[in-house]
Amino acid sequence: MITAERKPLDELIEYVKPFKRILLLGCNECVTVCAAGGRKEVGLLASGLQMALLKSGSNIEIQQHTLERQCDPEYVEELVPMIDGTEAILSMACGCGVQQLAMRFKNLPVFPALNTKFMGASERQGVWAERCQGCGDCVLGITGGICPIARCAKQLMNGPCGGSTTGKCEISEDVDCVWQLIWDRLKSLGQEDRYVDIMPAKDWRSGGGSGPRKIIREDLAE
Amino acid sequence: MKTESRLEKILAAGHLAVTSECGPPRGALPDEVRKKSNYLKGIVDAINVTDNQTAMVRMSSLAASAIIKQENLNPVLQVVSRDRNRLAIQADIIGAYGLGIDTMLCLSGDHTKFGDHPMAMNVHDIDSIQMIQMVRDMRDKEIFQGGAVLKGAPKMFIGAAANPFADPFELRVLRLEKKINAGVDFIQTQCIFNVEKFERWMEGVRARGLHKKCYILAGVTPCKSLGAARYMANRVPGMDVPKEIIERMSSVPKEKQADEGVDICIETIERLKKVEGVAGFHIMAIEWEEKVEEICERAGLLPRPQV
Repeated sequence: MITAERKPLDELIEYVKPFKRILLLGCNECVTVCAAGGRKEVGLLASGLQMALLKSGSNIEIQQHTLERQCDPEYVEELVPMIDGTEAILSMACGCGVQQLAMRFKNLPVFPALNTKFMGASERQGVWAERCQGCGDCVLGITGGICPIARCAKQLMNGPCGGSTTGKCEISEDVDCVWQLIWDRLKSLGQEDRYVDIMPAKDWRSGGGSGPRKIIREDLAE
Repeated sequence: MKTESRLEKILAAGHLAVTSECGPPRGALPDEVRKKSNYLKGIVDAINVTDNQTAMVRMSSLAASAIIKQENLNPVLQVVSRDRNRLAIQADIIGAYGLGIDTMLCLSGDHTKFGDHPMAMNVHDIDSIQMIQMVRDMRDKEIFQGGAVLKGAPKMFIGAAANPFADPFELRVLRLEKKINAGVDFIQTQCIFNVEKFERWMEGVRARGLHKKCYILAGVTPCKSLGAARYMANRVPGMDVPKEIIERMSSVPKEKQADEGVDICIETIERLKKVEGVAGFHIMAIEWEEKVEEICERAGLLPRPQV
């Protein structure tokens, strides 16, 4: 999923304080799962903003709503009947959702309530960790299902570097050395011989090196 | 011979090679480069020039190497994949060769987290092994990494690092083998304080015949003080400084610690000379270049052979 964290309240207040009426908009997808921008967080942020603004003597009307998906135009379209009188939108979606709104509502300021972080997975309750950088040419099939691009601090395709110590990365004892994990996994799969093959220099065009990426499915595109 | 590198000539002739290093200054101080490198004149066969080591900005390794070349010394251009993409690295390699620099070392580099620009992006477009492949192809196939033909191939003698003390130990020989398969000509190891562990690594190296496929220079460092030894033991990633070394450094009064550090370094070189497959020494006297002469003299590494 795409993970995110809410921005500090002070930054959000700066965004919304010029307005009398805003729409605070959650998203029911990834940011709901990582507890950053779902229905529940919309409610919490709305009261947080109300209280903070009341304290400073300003009054703002916050309309709360959560879309099934902010990154999808057909769901964004649902906002049209309720947007009348709204002076700005504070989006609790990832950056994709925020931009979808900005493109659709040309005359409305749209602000991000979240910092979009990374594509990750849940390690345990309340903990998410980066797993994929969307390089566009997946190598997991030859690295034992563990990604050196997303999870090596130096993105080494032929690691581990000389800083790997007792399974940990040189940058922090809290970070696993991904090449230790890959090696352990190759061993348990009986694929140690794969390690000696040199992984060639990556073609980053698929990973964004040649500009913004797009997928066009001819069979589906209208 | 693949190149005109003096280091290659020394090694190919079967002499124990000696290299040392110069860290470029943190400012436009060319005389400092001249001063440091001249401590090593006639003492070592080639001088490594570090590339923004510990992720701190310094005079570029290319510029400092060129200054050292002007002093009629032989620089080893260190290049890290952390700071430049493949276009910039290849441009620097051609430029370096154009300035008469014929020996280089391919590294990934310390993470920016450790330096004075922790906010900087780590580039790592390619890794150190892919860099070795790239330089070899530029030299031997006369092509750029992107496949285009280049005119005027840079005939670089290609080096890389190996750390026998990092984990997992069982991968350390295999990773050396990957570097050899990528095309490395010589290796300089991480500083050796734990000689037993180095010997175990070399057993693995010899078992796969790797010492016959590249030249292995054993890295040594004289500890300047007990504090320096402790710092290396606790703070430098991938360093293995056994507690016996720390104890030995702390057993002498402060004013004698530098001498003790030099003694340990010389004893280490003597032990390493007996290890089959060691082709020379890389003496990393960090900010202590003036000591290298004494170390080489007392370790019987002088005079340097003429080739």
